[in-house]
Amino acid sequence: MTMADAERIPGFNTLAIHAGAKPDPTTGARATPIYQTTSFVFDDVDHAASLFGLQAFGNIYTRIGNPTCAVLEERVAALEGGTAGLAVASGHAAQVIVMQTLLVPGDEFIASKKLYGGSINQFNHAFKSFGWNVVWADPDDLSSFETAVTPKTKAIFIESIANPGGVVTDIEAIGKIARKANVPLIVDNTLATPYLCKPIEYGADIVVHSLTKFLGGHGNSIGGMIVDAGTFNWSRDKKYPMLCEPRPEYSGIVLHETFGNFAFAIACRVLGLRDLGPALSPFNAFLISTGIETLPLRMQRHSDNALAVATWLTQRPEVAWVSYSGLPSDKYHSLAQKYCPKGCGAVMTVGLKGGYDAGVKLVSNVKLFSHLANIGDTRSLIIHPASTTHKQLSDAQKVQAGAGPDVVRLSIGIEDKEDIIADLELGLTAK
Amino acid sequence: MNHDSYPDAYIRGILNTVKTIAMVGFSPNTARPSYFAFKYLIERGFKVIPINPGHAGKEFLGQTCYAALADVPEPIDMVDIFRAPQFVTPIVEEALKLTPKPQVIWMQLTIRNDEAAKLAEDAGLKVVMDRCPKIEYGRLSSEISWMGINSRTLSSRRAQNLGGGFQRMGLGQGKKEEPSGS
Ligand SMILES: Cc1ncc(COP(=O)(O)O)c(C=O)c1O
Repeated sequence: MTMADAERIPGFNTLAIHAGAKPDPTTGARATPIYQTTSFVFDDVDHAASLFGLQAFGNIYTRIGNPTCAVLEERVAALEGGTAGLAVASGHAAQVIVMQTLLVPGDEFIASKKLYGGSINQFNHAFKSFGWNVVWADPDDLSSFETAVTPKTKAIFIESIANPGGVVTDIEAIGKIARKANVPLIVDNTLATPYLCKPIEYGADIVVHSLTKFLGGHGNSIGGMIVDAGTFNWSRDKKYPMLCEPRPEYSGIVLHETFGNFAFAIACRVLGLRDLGPALSPFNAFLISTGIETLPLRMQRHSDNALAVATWLTQRPEVAWVSYSGLPSDKYHSLAQKYCPKGCGAVMTVGLKGGYDAGVKLVSNVKLFSHLANIGDTRSLIIHPASTTHKQLSDAQKVQAGAGPDVVRLSIGIEDKEDIIADLELGLTAK
Repeated sequence: MNHDSYPDAYIRGILNTVKTIAMVGFSPNTARPSYFAFKYLIERGFKVIPINPGHAGKEFLGQTCYAALADVPEPIDMVDIFRAPQFVTPIVEEALKLTPKPQVIWMQLTIRNDEAAKLAEDAGLKVVMDRCPKIEYGRLSSEISWMGINSRTLSSRRAQNLGGGFQRMGLGQGKKEEPSGS
């Protein structure tokens, strides 16, 4: 091979298949083996001491790391353009570990109001009970992020494409605000995936995922991921003790000076995951890594199908509005063209002229769409939040959450688009 | 050499060639990065000689510590520098006075001194700056991938087991270079 070949930077499709997954060193197995084991033997006492002291790279116990999970971690890190990844049991677990690594009780973080409802709950209730105080800002008014910064602010959290409203967030502008405040920008890239958008290129310092959705892609495994961009200087203002102070848990090691530009991922693993415990099962890691091999093909089809469906829906007499940033008329279309030029993903919300009853009728009469509370499956999915996930809220609260009585959320699958459209027509026109 | 990014083949070539490494700025404190690298490189088969005037004459992991490079009684292949950038030039000048001359000057993660690098390169030495040999060995041997680190390497070939234990990988012979990823 020539030098040029040797240093070639592989493309996204190649990384989706190969990153992290060399043939198994002991057996030569080409597919990634499922290391379904709790623990790994030590060569001797000294080797054990080196591993526990973080002086050697290797496997100890599956709560802290596992070779099957490691393949997934390296793959997602490579696809996002980060320095390292950490796989955990769910998207929500990823958010807990990130915040626990950055905040101490009494600290604040700024979050976009336009987030997945489960994250809004997590931040408002669970995190507040830990003393991590969320301050909400409006992605449609960037100055609200700037004015929310206080000396206690430790991070800013946004979604690239927000679930479910189809909101595209101005990552680069918010990244500049984070840089000015000298706090890391955390981007939940679940709905876009790195195929459609790479937040690190626009200033994200940490990327989180619910692997449950498009990365796994087949609706068969819950999982979460933390990606370290390697861009943040944890030692500059001495405000992140997990990273810049000697850790008593590891006889005084300072993680940032020891692990450099992947210290955040290591801190999340050896302090966060080790102590809080939400480890991903190797079996789920195997299924999710296999799913990622076809991520580029699936995301393109999801996006193409979704645009066709959204366009069709805008022409239907039963439909009052469609919120999907791929539509040229959409409020977020210009941001979408900047951040996700290949397509805008699978998820959209639709307002029905017939209100609550029309929503119930639609979900009750479709035959191909599955009525359930998830997104990011190969299958087309539908939910009427007002009668399900948001049922307990008042009408005013429902509207505020983007789940008014007339709203239906769709996650368009990768079936034939003609069949998807025919099924929606069936549901919309049912008597 | 462009010191902003090194080809994997360059780093692999160095780690596959050098056998004796003198570690200037070695700390006997087991929580310090230099001790981590010291212990790890010894475990991977390198001879690592600690250099620290405050601990000259003492032994660490069976290796005698010396006050200065000139005191080391055997040829040194590589000088690995754990000192702040402003202290690097005199260390390189000292290294260039050794006979035989070392083949490589390596400055640790976060340490870069272009003037010192030029001195060494003009004398025919290879230079690496702002990298850690432990991390680079772990990256190129795939060991670091167990920690979820992006090794930026892809390969359809089995990684080489170094032997002497389960979780000890080698660097291969460096003849077949894989593409390096993003
Ligand atoms: C954008 C987003 N973030 C996070 C989560 C939480 O992920 P998990 O269900 O894997 O905990 C979800 C799940 O719906 C999501 O859509």
